[in-house]
This record gives sequence, structure tokens and C-alpha cells, in this order.
Amino acid sequence: MTLTPGGTTHRRTLRWQTARVLAVRDETPRARTFTLALPEPRLHLAGQHYVLRLTAPDGYTASRSYSVASAPDGTGEIELTVERLEGGEVSEFLHDVVQPGDELEVRGPIGGFFVWPGHAPALLVGGGSGVVPLMAMLRQARASGHPDLVRLVVSARSPGELYYAEELPGPETVVVYTRQAPPGAGRTAGRIAVADVAPLVREGEDVYVCGSPGFADAATAVLMEAGVPVDRIRVERFGPSG
Amino acid sequence: MAGITRGFLGRRGERDPRLPPGQYDARDQWPVLHAEATPRISTDTWTFTVEGLVEHEVSWTWDEIHALPRSRYDGAIHCVTTWSKFDMTFDGVSVDTLLEAARPLPSATHVMAVSHTGYTTNLPLADVADGKAWVVWDADGAPLAVEHGGPARLLVPHLYFWKSAKWVSGLRLMDHDEPGFWERNGYHDRGDPWAEQRYQGD
Repeated sequence: MTLTPGGTTHRRTLRWQTARVLAVRDETPRARTFTLALPEPRLHLAGQHYVLRLTAPDGYTASRSYSVASAPDGTGEIELTVERLEGGEVSEFLHDVVQPGDELEVRGPIGGFFVWPGHAPALLVGGGSGVVPLMAMLRQARASGHPDLVRLVVSARSPGELYYAEELPGPETVVVYTRQAPPGAGRTAGRIAVADVAPLVREGEDVYVCGSPGFADAATAVLMEAGVPVDRIRVERFGPSG
Repeated sequence: MAGITRGFLGRRGERDPRLPPGQYDARDQWPVLHAEATPRISTDTWTFTVEGLVEHEVSWTWDEIHALPRSRYDGAIHCVTTWSKFDMTFDGVSVDTLLEAARPLPSATHVMAVSHTGYTTNLPLADVADGKAWVVWDADGAPLAVEHGGPARLLVPHLYFWKSAKWVSGLRLMDHDEPGFWERNGYHDRGDPWAEQRYQGD
């Protein structure tokens, strides 16, 4: 297979900068979006992430990577959506303590493989919090006036656990509920299957899969069964990294 | 010096001195992170090759590499995504044994570890020699699971774990350094967790 980078990470993007929290918004009971203003704006590619670092008075630090949810837009602001993980020292702090006006150290954007260049057709498949980098891609496609460039399949346990529930639905998106489907849904609850993705597969395009390792492997198997060549599948696995 | 984050006090209690800076203990979890689809590699067709600046290019089949003297690593592993894991046991063969068979030329200074998936990662030759690196197929007494790089992966535990290439297929010896997959994408060329060499320039 080929593992060809789709972009680059520049050394200057790896310098720390102090971002200001402009807004905090709940996506679900366990997921919250932070809007950050960057003093040194750097245009990201959809799919890239930032590293966020917390520093205690004694110098102890904890850092985690978070995908950018917002489309590249040149505003100098980015949105990071963070899932609250039990015992996760960074995600719990972000959820429980951080308010608008706070300052947070970040560096990025980082990542040259799981990125969408913004002009090629692509199939996007995300599970749970794995929808975050794919949302940046969907938002970019919509903002560019070419929403038909992408098709997004999102797997969520229940309607209450679907991220971006107001904004996400559209002719280019499909939501697969695994535990509890809403009344009137055309599909019973169940894990992602070949029938969910097969109608959306197009020859010669890249497929971006993001989610837990279990979801990523299940989605990859389903995509390959639907005829996607393995070397066209780019995967981002979210670990329990708190 | 980093700015202090309002309200952040860090972990309560004593910090494990075996943890490099910025790392946490994953305890019984072993997170899985890689960029490609998880491959299925049969041990019937598996090979491992040492090539490049060596006196003899050497390849081993699955049975041949198992016939070499065994070597074990007991200890910690450290992932750049900030988890560490202690008291792991890996069994396989020392990279020294493989290099002895191929005999690196004096001009060799670096290696590119290559995987059956096309993944690559670069290392100084000194970081895979003298008892510091292994090709392993058992973890904690059981065959290495495919999501952790099975049937066999490179193990270079004193560096961040992306250097320990999953599904490893060989080492190419070089007379210069050149970036591998993550290194082209901004990650550090060496990756020493005790120096927090996560990204280029750290």
C-alpha cells in the first residue's frame, strides 16, 4: 500500500502559542466545543489536529491532541470538540473548569496524512467522537459551494449522542444509530453495515475513517466488502487518551 | 517556561518516577493507533529482510527467524500520544542477532524500518544496536495481536513507540538520515521520551 502524505506540518506550526477561549458550547452531554482565538493564525487543512497543553504551578504538564472541527476559514479562530472521558485529566479539566476568557496553550495544525485537500471527492465515515475531523471536511465542502464533493456517514449510539445534530443533516449525510434509532427512522438500530455505505462508494476516491479502534476496523471491513481498495482508506483511530 | 493554566493543579499524589515528562500510565489499557487499515499478514508469506549498506542482504522466513536465539524485553513502552505502559514482556529476537548476520558496512549510520503496509520510520543505527531493539512476536506471553503489529513488530522501547514499526518487514541501512512516515509529518527524527522529543524542533 502507499502511505503518501496529503500535506505537511511546518516547523513554525509546532511552536506553542497562547489561545484565548472565546466560547464554550455543548454538543452532547459528554462533548463540548471550545472556540479558540489564535494570536498567530495558521490556516489548517480539514482533518488536522492541535495539541493542547495544561501546565500546573509546579511545572507539571499534561497535553492531548484534539481534531479541529471548524473548516479552514482564515478567521484566526478554530473550534475543538472534546469528549469528556472518565478519569481523563485533560478532558475533565476542559469540561469542568475552562470558561470563555481563559487562556490555553496550543500548537498546530499538525498532521499530513488524515487531511482532505478540499477539492477531491471523498467518502467520510465516522463513529462517535470520530466525526469531529470529518465535520471540518463537511463544513469546508459546504462553505465552498460544493457539498456534493463529500458524503458523510456518521455512526452514533442514539440521537442524544449525535454531535452537531442541528447542523449535520443534509442530502450528503447519513446517520446510522447503533443502539437506539429515533421514531420514524428508516433503519433499525444496529452497527454500520455494507448496505449503509455501498450506495455512497464511488470509484477512484479516498475514504476517511475516524473513530475508536473497534469502529475503525469494523468500518474498514465494511468498506472493503463494498469494493473500496484498502490503499484508498485513510484511518484515524481515537484512543482512550483522556 | 510554559504559562500556568488557570485552575490546573495536575495529578494528585505521588508521580511514578518511571513516567517520562508529559506521560500518563495507561495501566491495563493498550491503546491502538495507526494510520492505515489493519492488515492481515500470513506467517506463511511473512519475511524480514536486512538490506542496504550491509555485506550480505539477508532475509528470514517466519520459521527461520524463530530458529534464531530468543531474546526478551521486560519493561515500559511510551507512546507520543502521552500514554506509557509498564511491566510489559515482549519475546522475539534481538536486532543485534539480525545485524550480525548481515554485517553492516562501516559507512552505515542510520536505518529505515519498513513495514508490510508501506509504513516507514527512521532511526540512528546506534538506537537499534547493542541490546536496545528487538523484532518481537509475543507480548505478555501471547502471540502479538494484529492491531498491535502482529505477527511481528519492531520494538525500540527507549524511544517513542511510533519508532517500533508494526507489521515490520525489514531494516534498510543507510549512510544518512531521512524522514519516515510520521517524521515527514512533523514528528521528531529521534523521539527520546525523556527529552520529550515529540515533534520536529523539540
